[in-house]
Amino acid sequence: MSAVFPIQSVSKGCADAPVLKERGQREVFCGLTGIIWLHRKIQDAFFLVVGSRTCAHLIQSAAGVMIFAEPRFATAIIDERDLAGLADCNEELDRVVTRLIERRPEIKLLFLVGSCPSEVIKLDLSRAASRLSSRFSPDVRVLNYSGSGIETTFTQGEDACLASLVPVLPPAAAHAPAALMVVGALADVVEDQFARLFKQLGIGPVQFFPPRQANEMPTVGPNTVFLLAQPFLADTAVALEARGATRLPAPFPLGVEGTTAWLQAAASAFGVDAATFEGAIAPARDRATTAVARQRTQLAGKSIFFFPDSQLEIPLARFLSRELGMLLAEVGTPYLHRQHMAEELALLPENTFLSEGQHVENQLDRCRAAQPDIVVCGLGLANPLEAEGLTTKWAIELVFTPIQGFEQAADLAELFSRPLVRRLRLAA
Amino acid sequence: MQLTLWTYEGPPHVGAMRIATAMKDVHYVLHAPQGDTYADLLFTMIERNAKRPPVTYTTFQARDLGGDTAELFKNAAREAYARFKPQAMMVGSSCTAELIQDDPGGLCKALDLPVPVVALELPSYQRKENWGASETFYQMVRNLADTSVKRAPREAGQRARCNILGPAALGFRHRDDLREITGLLREMGVDINVTAPLGASPADMARLGDADFNVVLYPEIANVAAGWLKRTFGQPSTRTVPIGSGATRDFINEVAELAGVDPIHVLANADARAPWYAKSVDSTYLTSKRVFVFGDATHVVAAARIAAQEMGFTVVGLGTYSREFAREVREAAALYGVDALISDDYLEVEARIAELQPELVLGSQMERHIAKRLGVPCAVISAPVHVQDFPARYSPQMGFEGANVLFDTWVHPLMMGLEEHLIGMFRGDAEFHEDAAPSHLGGSVTPKTVVAPVAPVEQAAANETLTPQEATWGLDAEKELRKIPFFVRGKAKRNTERFAIDRGVSLITVETLYDAKAHYGR
Repeated sequence: MSAVFPIQSVSKGCADAPVLKERGQREVFCGLTGIIWLHRKIQDAFFLVVGSRTCAHLIQSAAGVMIFAEPRFATAIIDERDLAGLADCNEELDRVVTRLIERRPEIKLLFLVGSCPSEVIKLDLSRAASRLSSRFSPDVRVLNYSGSGIETTFTQGEDACLASLVPVLPPAAAHAPAALMVVGALADVVEDQFARLFKQLGIGPVQFFPPRQANEMPTVGPNTVFLLAQPFLADTAVALEARGATRLPAPFPLGVEGTTAWLQAAASAFGVDAATFEGAIAPARDRATTAVARQRTQLAGKSIFFFPDSQLEIPLARFLSRELGMLLAEVGTPYLHRQHMAEELALLPENTFLSEGQHVENQLDRCRAAQPDIVVCGLGLANPLEAEGLTTKWAIELVFTPIQGFEQAADLAELFSRPLVRRLRLAA
Repeated sequence: MQLTLWTYEGPPHVGAMRIATAMKDVHYVLHAPQGDTYADLLFTMIERNAKRPPVTYTTFQARDLGGDTAELFKNAAREAYARFKPQAMMVGSSCTAELIQDDPGGLCKALDLPVPVVALELPSYQRKENWGASETFYQMVRNLADTSVKRAPREAGQRARCNILGPAALGFRHRDDLREITGLLREMGVDINVTAPLGASPADMARLGDADFNVVLYPEIANVAAGWLKRTFGQPSTRTVPIGSGATRDFINEVAELAGVDPIHVLANADARAPWYAKSVDSTYLTSKRVFVFGDATHVVAAARIAAQEMGFTVVGLGTYSREFAREVREAAALYGVDALISDDYLEVEARIAELQPELVLGSQMERHIAKRLGVPCAVISAPVHVQDFPARYSPQMGFEGANVLFDTWVHPLMMGLEEHLIGMFRGDAEFHEDAAPSHLGGSVTPKTVVAPVAPVEQAAANETLTPQEATWGLDAEKELRKIPFFVRGKAKRNTERFAIDRGVSLITVETLYDAKAHYGR
């Protein structure tokens, strides 16, 4: 790829770059929001939040119009009787779960999702989950994880959910051949594209985690190697490693360069020779390169400022700077996992301003001072910044849209050029 | 614990945010965990505000719980004051902070800020959003109104002056209701002293006493504060909420009385098209359409009156999630001979609608889900609402223009008269058939064979049968039933079954169907 990007090829990257660590008000979602995409990904799973009215209101507000369909999530709202000890929380929870399972008999996997209130009052959801699991076995498996704001930020909810599934994944046979697991919820269309590419590369068997159905859980064991498809899966990776699996270090499959390197990591692990690799990926890669180049005319030379949100910021910044020629004003991330991000950091332009955590007022001051061409931020900030004359790209869309892989590389770039194009059009 | 699919109201601190965001030069410091900033997007996205809500969150995390969360709160409050320099501050807790009991009010007192600090006690595990808004507005009025300001008795020829109370941020059509009613009051020769909370600064709140009376537009938010103003300044307040032509006329008369002005010219000049529209023959087919009304108390009471007296509908069900106003809604329900449904349980509302088989549902965003599932036309009359009900165009609910808006909005989802007649006459049309959605809504493409929208209704109806005895449908009768247009079929089915069971008829024939029809009327 260095031939395509000669300017950055001499860069030392940001591997050892200093990171501004800030504490203060954080304008981010909690991990409960992960439910919004996970409940669609695993089609027979149900997510029951054990929390307050705030939690119910959060998911309802964040899910927007999608709530017109009967969703597979709900909230068991803790009330004053539970807090005063008048009602036994465990009995109450059993009653609610029983009613729920009666209403939705098609559910195979039930997650009890912890929240800030349930964590603060130390409601033991793991015991509740195992108790309920044995009661409803074998029809329904009940698991638990925490999506509370005090412990998780936005996409970390998916990490917590997947990590809770790892201990119950079936073990791979002792002498099974090496198998590849792709970890992280992906759009179905992206998953299918990757499955085809791996097949052409001769890599297999390939399993995706999370699966689309609860009864299609991948197996795991010492012969499992896994590729993270998403950058926010720290705990899931640890849990998989605890079961003997090995992580393949790679940048994330965003953009042509990221996708190529990500596939290369798997190809190397499975001993795919260079000619086969080139033959398998060349058509898609070249298509993507052409499509991305068209977007480059819109984005090259434009500056971008990332507020922290999903941990996707660093790979996105890498893609936008290297493949689209954008200038990075600041790259904020809610949490920086140095080890999982090592390949990405090495590819970032030298002296990129990185920040971890948030003090939103200070960060807004920096953003206003920098006057970037485009700001990537949450929905609470986007319209106010637009009203100040800045152009924004709201960040959540990047989690809800197919953006990984070759075929989506130009779509991903287009998500950033669209607000700029729109601003031009409306001004005209 | 309560199993909740959808919640009608947010937690009480969201109500407090609605007051803070409505006002000017006020800042709210909210002790809350990371993630609770989601509430910002209610204002920036749903209401499309161009400014961030004036709220600083402490956004504590798990690692802070081991340390000093109280210190965290104090820092946040200190910083918020220094940065925003508000005229007054509000401080309080969200549900999680309530559990850790840091006492924001006491902590803030220790900071000794040079502005009034209003400490809010909002019990998150008992109360909800509207209560929170009402309590917050009351506390703001109490703490900020200057009790030494008193309106001198009015001299002859001096114009009356009133406060308008209730409009807030994230209120259903508050923006346009306020414009409509402000215009109406001015036309009547009444001056506006302070409008609050929307657009009021703490300095404005101090002047509340300098008015002759109060106009309460939204009792859910302003009743408690109006009660205090009455006790403190002797200001009476209006009791009629001017939603609907009749209510608007009553409101005008009420204001005229309080202000000592003559309402004749305002009533005569009213630009009220809705009453004529409802009288015109095109509306005759609306007579006795069966309507179910649900929402906040103010809007359902108003809607039921309009439905019954101004549109000629039959109110078959009425309910609210506002427990604070259950009495008012029960009284209204008694007027129409129905039992009020007082519940914030979405599933209970769904069951009631399925049971009543209305031809039109007037409700909130949540009733739209239910109506969609049951295939019943629906219009939104109350919060909670989503972004499409914060429209760009002028669309009040109140006043005469509001009545015009309501007429259009409510009639729109119903099948238009001619189509309804033709579907009653001819069946089997590939495009315009008895199971199709009204063609003016572009919904006629549903293939005739698909009966999906009907299924939940029938299933729900079947599940509702309480008597152990059951009547089965004969093949011919079932065929005949399908000839009844979709929007009244559910009711016809239920009536026939009840009729059969009451008379011990086990097999429903075509005869039973028509016997039942004759017995119950339409």
